[in-house]
Amino acid sequence: MNATSLETLPLAVRDLNVAYQSKVVVWDADFDAPAGKLVAIVGPNGAGKSTLLKASLDLIPAASGSVRFFGLPYRKARHRVAYVPQRESVDWDFPVSAVEVVAMGLYRRLGWCMPVRHKHREMARAALVKVGLGDFATRQISQLSGGQQQRVFLARALAQDADLYLMDEPFASVDAATERAIVEVLRELRARGKTVVCVHHDLPTVPEYFDHVALLNMRVVAQGPVAEIFTTENLRKTYGARLTLLEEAAQAVERARVAAQHRS
Amino acid sequence: MNWSELDTWIVITGVLICAACALPGAFLMLNRQSMLGDGISHAVLPGLAIAFLLTNSREVLPMVIGAVAAGVLTAVLTQMVQRLGQVESGAALGVVFCALFALGLILIRVASDKVDLDADCVLYGSIETAVVDVGRVPRVALISGGLLLVNILLTLLFYKELRIAAFDPALATTLGFNADAIRLGLTVVASVTTVLAFESVGSILVIAMLVVPAAAASLLTHRLHWLLLFALGFAALSAVLGHIGAVTLPQTIGRWFGQSDLGATSSAAMMAVAAGGLFLVAWLVAAIRGWTKSNPVKPIETTMSPASHR
Repeated sequence: MNATSLETLPLAVRDLNVAYQSKVVVWDADFDAPAGKLVAIVGPNGAGKSTLLKASLDLIPAASGSVRFFGLPYRKARHRVAYVPQRESVDWDFPVSAVEVVAMGLYRRLGWCMPVRHKHREMARAALVKVGLGDFATRQISQLSGGQQQRVFLARALAQDADLYLMDEPFASVDAATERAIVEVLRELRARGKTVVCVHHDLPTVPEYFDHVALLNMRVVAQGPVAEIFTTENLRKTYGARLTLLEEAAQAVERARVAAQHRS
Repeated sequence: MNWSELDTWIVITGVLICAACALPGAFLMLNRQSMLGDGISHAVLPGLAIAFLLTNSREVLPMVIGAVAAGVLTAVLTQMVQRLGQVESGAALGVVFCALFALGLILIRVASDKVDLDADCVLYGSIETAVVDVGRVPRVALISGGLLLVNILLTLLFYKELRIAAFDPALATTLGFNADAIRLGLTVVASVTTVLAFESVGSILVIAMLVVPAAAASLLTHRLHWLLLFALGFAALSAVLGHIGAVTLPQTIGRWFGQSDLGATSSAAMMAVAAGGLFLVAWLVAAIRGWTKSNPVKPIETTMSPASHR
């Protein structure tokens, strides 16, 4: 990887090592997110997928390695990056409404101590409309279904109006309507030249939803365009020889191949 | 019931102090750190004792500095014990504040040989004697009024920061609002509030006011600004009902048992009891109206129209 690509890539991770206590979670990871692509990070449970995102964002300390966003360290590129944490990471009984959660995406632009004004609430409302929750703006967030909560998080990321979106399991346990809504939003973001990186757990949908994929199991086993990288061989290297998974994966690979033929 | 000017000042001071505690208490609750208030209110004791031993006076400033140092130390030590000992946060806090509190008691025993700083006063407070300031506004009323004002201003100023740090610390941090720093700031405010309230009302009422009004308010509303206003209301009401109860209840109860010579009981303690009573009322109201967390309003599924037609 040469220096120019490091300066232009939305996200470039080099030799990243992360450990909890003395347990290594991410080991020597190299990861690139190319501009304007939808990128999936997949791998078995405990492979360090979320950790890779969190360490990139300085949320947890890395033992070593370098991370560049558009060629800059994270704290200088904050305004170009939006992060969507896992839905389970927050307390949905918290006394706050959907539109107030979405408005949090505007806080950085507001700055310290400046209050949320009417126009910010209108911007947040517009983001909620985009994810199909226009009628739910004033709902307390515990009164939303799991899928609706996930869409609130997505709307909040949209309100941030970033160039790179990092999403931790946005498709985890959501209903079909939400899944469709998220996919549409991701495609719209791509059409506008944005880059999206998703931690993803559902192998069969990888070829359908994503352009690029990184296979992670502590280290990055393989990464690149889905058609080249998402192969049974690579998945076996990532997941080990677990049968059901591999069957699932084989089907997904087959579908990816058909889709690729279809395109060309 | 004999109502004097003294009673009026006790109520005013109680209302101001209780309300001042309720604000940081509400945010501690939202951070799931309610017991940190309990921990701080105990752990400031060694801070007070050391400040006293160093300066040999009960001036407010050294006391506040000692308490804040002890409060921050509690928060930091708790995090360290939690990480290094790999125990859950409640247990870590228990270890830290009990140890610090015991240390504080020992130090106070040593100090009390020299001057009036006794453990009973620290534990139970003495709002009744604190307001005695003949012919003018009592010092504690001024201090608690100032404290309430500062806490209200800080809440207004950092409302959005406190909310995002409590709701989604990871997002807050990635946006440049360091959640750990905001929480530490809250700890500092809680420590200052605790030590200033200590003098007049003692630690029991401080703990009660950090936790109970916010908890009661959270049963009645899903909106943060209402939660804060309800908490302030409950805190103030606790102070009023508490003092009235302290003055009248012993006599009333004494009459039932044929004893007429019972005097007033501790106002601070009765204010804490009143807060507990108000929590019970709030819980009953919520239960009757069916506002339970396990049974929220049923989500309605949307018909999907993710508008991406541009």
